[in-house]
Amino acid sequence: MGNVFRPKVIGVVLLVLLVMVGSAFVIPVPLPAIILPAEPIFCIGGQLVEGKKGLACEGGFPFTNSMLATLMVDLTLLVIFVTALRNMELVPRGLQNAVEALIEFFYGFTEDVAGKENAPRFFPLVMTIFIFTLVANWWELVPGIESVGWITKAHGEGGWAKRELLPGFYTLVREPGEYILVPWLRTATTDLNVPLSMALVTMVYVQISGVRALGLAYFKRFINFNSFMDFMVGILEIISEFAKIISFSFRLFGNLFAGTVLLFVMPYLVPLLVPLPFFALEVFVGLIQAFVFAALALVFLSIAVISHDHH
Amino acid sequence: MENLASGLAIGLGAIGPGIGVGLVVLGALQGMARNPEAAGEIRTNMILGIAFAEAIAIYALVIALLLLFV
Repeated sequence: MGNVFRPKVIGVVLLVLLVMVGSAFVIPVPLPAIILPAEPIFCIGGQLVEGKKGLACEGGFPFTNSMLATLMVDLTLLVIFVTALRNMELVPRGLQNAVEALIEFFYGFTEDVAGKENAPRFFPLVMTIFIFTLVANWWELVPGIESVGWITKAHGEGGWAKRELLPGFYTLVREPGEYILVPWLRTATTDLNVPLSMALVTMVYVQISGVRALGLAYFKRFINFNSFMDFMVGILEIISEFAKIISFSFRLFGNLFAGTVLLFVMPYLVPLLVPLPFFALEVFVGLIQAFVFAALALVFLSIAVISHDHH
Repeated sequence: MENLASGLAIGLGAIGPGIGVGLVVLGALQGMARNPEAAGEIRTNMILGIAFAEAIAIYALVIALLLLFV
């Protein structure tokens, strides 16, 4: 153990600080416009026009950047699983081994929570939710996502100036102007529609599993005239079923949207080195949120198939 | 005014879940320290408990986003 305040150590620390502070002046990064809904990037059977904030569709079906990102996620999953399982071997190696380990781990987890009997029924949905959400979340970290797209007029406050980089290719610079960027790709889970649809599918499947396991007796937990107390509990149960949809979808959406904004703001403040730990944090957040979504779906499914009468 | 309102909404709404998540992790860590063999199971349940406590903060976030963007 030497003295921490050696000239060498102090020199390195000063150099790192200088690089960080200097980078803010040498390579200024503009802050992208933070827009809550997904933006259309082209219109099927319509005309793409400049809207009030970003782009809008005049007739036709708006194809948004989060739809494109969802397709990219599907493509990624297809490529991973087709390459992993094309030449299956009895003794798995490489990618096949990794995929099998993941699926075996999750099957074990499903059996722990739901029991051996129900695990085969719940596993496909829960596993699909997990791998889809995981890959969708990690697409947030791919360079170019949310930073390559159409440059359009802001039509309002904010916006940056644009400069020609190559003939026909423009970039935004950190000077006041009136242009914003509409990215071609946007993290799929930062569009509320994606988590909401997953939450709706999950909660509908929860009701179906409940009815399949208990028959019409399943609805006794919602509508029960045995006593006044049971009746009130039933009303609370109905409300909580809807609250689950909200908390399910907004948990994933909120975490990922906040994460994306964080990844915008950090390079805006200090372009070099400082964003690095936040990218590491987002790897972790993406994994945890995917796991939480899948695990909560599994827990709700397990609760639905247990009868309220015998506990 | 809307900016102030949304800031207050998420700021005040995060106090309770913050305490709640802290208590969940406190209990889980004590359990893990006393019984390291059960650490795996406790960790899974801890993450689920955190997710439930966090849901309250998510409702506050919804209100904040609604005030800010809608």
